[in-house]
Amino acid sequence: MNKKTSCFRKLFSATILLTFLTLSLGANAQDGKALFNQKCASCHAIDKQLVGPALKGVEDRWDDKKMIYEWVRNSAAVIKKGYPRAVTVYNEFNKIQMTAFPELKDADIDAILTYINEGGSKAAAAATPADGATPASQSSESDSNLLYGILTIILAVIALILLQVNSNLRKMSDEAEGTSAAEPVPFYRNKVYIAVFAILLFLGGGYMLFQGAQGLGRSQNYQPEQPIYYSHKVHAGINQINCLYCHGGAQESKHANIPSVNVCMNCHMGINEYAKGPKIYREDGTEVDGTAEIQKLYKFAGWNPTTKQYTGEGKPIEWIRIHNLPDHVYFNHAQHVNAGKQQCQTCHGEIQKMGEVYQYADLSMGWCVNCHRETKVQFTDNKFYSIYEKFHEDLKNKKMDSVTVEKIGGTECQKCHY
Amino acid sequence: MKQKKYWQSFGELKSSENYQERVQDEFNELLDATSPRRDFLKYLGFSTAAAAAAASCEMPVKKSIPYLNKPDTIIPGVANYYATTYTLDGDAVPVVAKVRDGRPIKIEGNDLSSITKGGTSARVQASVLGLYDTARLRFPLANGKEVSTFDAFDKMVAEGMSGIAGKQVVLLTETISSPTTKSVIASFLAKYPGARHIQYDALSASGLLNANQASFGKRAIPSYQFDKAKTIVGLEADFLGTWLSPVEYARQYAAGRKIDQKNPAMSKHIQFEGMLSLTGANADDRFVHRPSEAAAVALNLYAAIGGSVSAPALSDDRLKKGIKLAADALKASGSASLVVSGSNDVTVQLIVNAINQQLGAYGNTIDWGTTLNTRQGDDAAMVQLVKDMNDGAVGALLIHGVNPVYDYFDAKKFESGLAKVAVSVSFNDREDETSVLCKFQIADHHFLESWGDAEMKSGYLSFIQPTIAPLFKTRAFQTSLLKWSGNDTSYGDYFKQYWSSKFGSQDAWDKALRDGVVETPASTSAGSYSGSAFASAASTVTAGKNSGKEIVLYSKVALGAGKEANNPWLQEMPDPITKATWDNYAVISFATAKELGIAVDDNYEVEVKKPVVKITVGKNELTLPVLVVPGMHKDVIAIAVGYGRSEKTGKAAANVGQNVFNLVSFNNTFSYSVANAAVEKTKETFKLAYTQTHNQYEGRDEVIREFALNEFKKNPTILKDKRDELVETFAKETGDYRAEGTLYPNHPYPGAKWGMSIDLNSCIGCGACTVACTSENNVAVVGKSEVLRSHEMHWLRIDRYYATYRDESGNDNLDDLNVVFMPMLCQHCDNAPCENVCPVNATNHSSEGLNQMTYNRCIGTRYCANNCPYKVRRFNWADYYGADSFPDNQRGKLDDSVMMMNEDLTRMVLNPDVTVRSRGVIEKCSFCVQRLQEGKLKAKKENRPLETGADGKWDIKTACQQACPTNAIVFGNVNDKNSPVSKIRNEEQTNRLFYSLEQLHVLPSVSYLAKIRNTDRQVGIVEEEHAAEAEHAEHKEEKKEAAAH
Repeated sequence: MNKKTSCFRKLFSATILLTFLTLSLGANAQDGKALFNQKCASCHAIDKQLVGPALKGVEDRWDDKKMIYEWVRNSAAVIKKGYPRAVTVYNEFNKIQMTAFPELKDADIDAILTYINEGGSKAAAAATPADGATPASQSSESDSNLLYGILTIILAVIALILLQVNSNLRKMSDEAEGTSAAEPVPFYRNKVYIAVFAILLFLGGGYMLFQGAQGLGRSQNYQPEQPIYYSHKVHAGINQINCLYCHGGAQESKHANIPSVNVCMNCHMGINEYAKGPKIYREDGTEVDGTAEIQKLYKFAGWNPTTKQYTGEGKPIEWIRIHNLPDHVYFNHAQHVNAGKQQCQTCHGEIQKMGEVYQYADLSMGWCVNCHRETKVQFTDNKFYSIYEKFHEDLKNKKMDSVTVEKIGGTECQKCHY
Repeated sequence: MKQKKYWQSFGELKSSENYQERVQDEFNELLDATSPRRDFLKYLGFSTAAAAAAASCEMPVKKSIPYLNKPDTIIPGVANYYATTYTLDGDAVPVVAKVRDGRPIKIEGNDLSSITKGGTSARVQASVLGLYDTARLRFPLANGKEVSTFDAFDKMVAEGMSGIAGKQVVLLTETISSPTTKSVIASFLAKYPGARHIQYDALSASGLLNANQASFGKRAIPSYQFDKAKTIVGLEADFLGTWLSPVEYARQYAAGRKIDQKNPAMSKHIQFEGMLSLTGANADDRFVHRPSEAAAVALNLYAAIGGSVSAPALSDDRLKKGIKLAADALKASGSASLVVSGSNDVTVQLIVNAINQQLGAYGNTIDWGTTLNTRQGDDAAMVQLVKDMNDGAVGALLIHGVNPVYDYFDAKKFESGLAKVAVSVSFNDREDETSVLCKFQIADHHFLESWGDAEMKSGYLSFIQPTIAPLFKTRAFQTSLLKWSGNDTSYGDYFKQYWSSKFGSQDAWDKALRDGVVETPASTSAGSYSGSAFASAASTVTAGKNSGKEIVLYSKVALGAGKEANNPWLQEMPDPITKATWDNYAVISFATAKELGIAVDDNYEVEVKKPVVKITVGKNELTLPVLVVPGMHKDVIAIAVGYGRSEKTGKAAANVGQNVFNLVSFNNTFSYSVANAAVEKTKETFKLAYTQTHNQYEGRDEVIREFALNEFKKNPTILKDKRDELVETFAKETGDYRAEGTLYPNHPYPGAKWGMSIDLNSCIGCGACTVACTSENNVAVVGKSEVLRSHEMHWLRIDRYYATYRDESGNDNLDDLNVVFMPMLCQHCDNAPCENVCPVNATNHSSEGLNQMTYNRCIGTRYCANNCPYKVRRFNWADYYGADSFPDNQRGKLDDSVMMMNEDLTRMVLNPDVTVRSRGVIEKCSFCVQRLQEGKLKAKKENRPLETGADGKWDIKTACQQACPTNAIVFGNVNDKNSPVSKIRNEEQTNRLFYSLEQLHVLPSVSYLAKIRNTDRQVGIVEEEHAAEAEHAEHKEEKKEAAAH
């Protein structure tokens, strides 16, 4: 009996300990994930070689963990010291030096390593940062629309049948009573039917005309052919390169900015063929030769892949612009990505699954405003909002459960038009 | 009892029905269509068809072209700021250029400069447009033909120079204050023995320089310190507008006139002048005299402050009283006095030096320790040069930054001399009057494309760094000089070498370039005064004339000597006093108008056709339209220089006004006034575009408030009482004036609430804010023909009020004149009358207190403009900036100068964050909403609360606030109790605070601080109390009536 209890106790405490451990590990790995995505993901994947080596099992390959810390903070110094593993890696990867991260502390690097060890398996799941909320809610909306439509039709059919039954019954009762009925009119000459039909036609036609007019100048699903077949699926999807690595402007500027050619070359100096990835196809089904597309990039960059030298004859790539807003609309990426902490996918769709990019949203004002009505601002996290004293009080007193963009004026004209 | 009245035009002064009718038509709408309804239907049909056709076209394919190799300091979409220096005509103002995606688009003052403290002027603000001037010279020319390479050009010049054997080589420039340029010039002159460098200022300060040479042994200009002066006497010196260093002086002047509510005190400013200048308009007391009396006035003043001299008697009693008043004030202030004269006459300047010496101003308000380097021109040397040229003694003449064929008094003689010079080279930026007569033309860069430096005051350096690669094939003038003196270094390298060796370390040099300014102040010095020259000068002074007309040549705040005449922003900026645009004219007095038989009646201002007069001075004759302005000496005619440029100087400059530099005379120094002018009226008329009568307040005169200092001290709460009275009338029960008196719900302002405070005591009316606003907000230039129709687009205008007394018999005393300036912009009313009347809700209220204008919603009914009591809404009558989809659809309908603003080159100046408005929409001040949004985002990104001025930290400044040289405008978050705007309203300036037309209960977001004048005269509206009482009674009456019902 006694023994049993202690056994139980041990098991119990062990469970709690384990839970705590996993929880704390989870938290750690969570930080590690953020750090990994921020600092490492543009050049490294966990189980795939990108510009840099796959990081899975990195701790086993480096016998001294301290050297990893040093390497991350300043790889050049470690190579200089002649630490064998460092020199091997350096030579293995065409002597491309790893960016130094002097700001990362031991604990941070530990967190990243934990994430690599722990989260390797979860990485694939974490790799799709899309919060499927938008497409999901939209599909549910269209579902209910369909439902309403079917219901309407059923009700209309029932009404029609009832009307017919009614008139038949009346006819029968008239006949029974012997009253002479008017000459029956065929339904296509029935004025009521004609009127109803005309009204329906007017409403339907008007609706379509209105929709058509409203759609002028909008270009949803626009997918032009670009000078280089650049696949977001390969880069952001399969290789999990952070969006901000290339579109860094999204953090600071109104423009997310298409990366300059030198940013492409950061990685493509080393990666000169598309060999290991899955086959990629255009919309029309033809296969894309990834390696040939990389060669196109070299031509633009003025890079000679055999001598590994710039020829100095580069020219900028003339990409076809997909997302166009009218001149009277002011849109700022930094406001949404940096301050508002929005995912790129919210507006650009599942970009990590797109081959050539198409315009996912219609970029209409209604679409913007709807999102502003629903989206919550970083009200307590961002100290900027501390000036909204009343809202903070209301939140505290539970008079309000959240502050949406609309509440702080996000649907007012001059937030976007000036 | 005398009544005082504020008025903007003679028509308003008399305020007849006829006049009211004429001004009520705000936009001067003239419908000349014979069958407008049919036309309307036709247009409707056509535009529908056109829209359908346009819509069925395919969407244009746009490209996004990123950098090949992006510089890491540039993020497309984020502006970079570079410290540099505005330089023109010798003037130098430290500035910061805003560069967006590679294009400089806005100029701000450099806060780090202790001279300007971030202040600017209208010309500085407009200089960014000069960079994109379509009339700039695009490649080097030799004998009028393009030269393909600089090397070929250099070779041609070298050949020319080798053939001038023994003749003089002369470098003729504007005043040069740049140490490196001076060193380059020295090495150039050394290469050609006997070569000379002559500095020539079209608006010269030679008189002052020569007088200082005689009095202090230094041909220099000391530092004036207007902020330290308790009494300032200006003798024909427009130091707030155009004299020497106006940005610096305006800041100092305003600093001495900021009112501390607890202990109200300010400097006293008395002005003596012939015409009404911007500075005179700001004076506490002002007296007029003839220009020929200038020396006599100065000498009388010297005698009155105790100088032992017998001064010639003056005839005008009011002037005599004025001199006594000034003398008493000066004596009372002692060494805290400052007397300045804008005269270019050595005699006058010698007397002024004697006055300042007598008062003990040297070493106190005038500092010889630091001297001003922006005017060094020597008139006599210039005259000698022209003589040498005509004698054939000059072999080579290199001209930089000056245009004598246009602005030299004897231009014909210069021209004939120039023809005799074998090698003439012009470095000027365009084919101006002088350049076209030169054999070689090789334009210098614009200052925004240049390296360089300026030492505007000794020990105060300001650097110039390029903000954009040269747009055209231009070359630094110094590089050319270096090249021609056998040195192949480019000036950029020369400059960097020169300074980095001076600064020692690279870090120090980098910091200097980044800051833009390096200052090493010297200790204050009184200089060593010698009165010997004064005595002989004083003996030559005569009483001046007392009959006949005299002419004053002045320069306008906007245009100066005329170098920037092709800048449409400056041409369209209304003159601070006359409010006229796009022309020069003869400004005459009321009395002269009467003599000439020009009726100044109700229609005088509404009628744009002005009588033309013929003015004869010796052999010179010219015809000019006239403008009647109060406050002129009765026999003085004032004419602005800087107009009448040649065809090749640009579309905005050509055929605008007339050149009057030929009226300048030379008598040891250039003289800018003329005695013995004859004037007669001609039968012709000329249309003058001036904004004086646009935007009237429909007879409401509670727009401005002004008090005398003494009166304000006696009764400091007079404005507060008025406000209390309003509360008493409208919100007796709740005491909440804001909530009561309207049916509409109050707007909540949960976060920021924007507000602006404008100190009328600091505002000098210089117009820097107007141009800054134009530049920041893509405000369109409309051209003269459209200004004539009241279609000017300025979001911020400066209303100029005259205030005069009317005696019991109804006569207005125009001599006893006050002028008040009031910047007027959208007041962003919390209870806005414009919002309720818009049928499409294109103008509405934001949760931050902005009265928002949404252009893409506006259908152009103009109901809002109709209902705006401040008349600040402007309507786009045409496609002024080329915003329409059909390019060039306005050519021929609008002026050439407007079409020039539509060219691709000029449009580079547009701010990409502000919509370019198309035809048919209303626009108005937005409180620089793009800056508000940017500032808020900056705070959000840095995860901190917004800074709106508390502890001197600013995330947001409006363009007008930032441009203002006197800090008259303060903007910020009213909900933040620590922001300056809240402090001004609630703590610091509660007594001077007022809202314009507050009794209308529109609840403006712009508050004003009343103007205070340090004078013993009666100031402000005296009849007001009666009016208020009457109004009060009326209300009571109404209430009674309502109760009876």
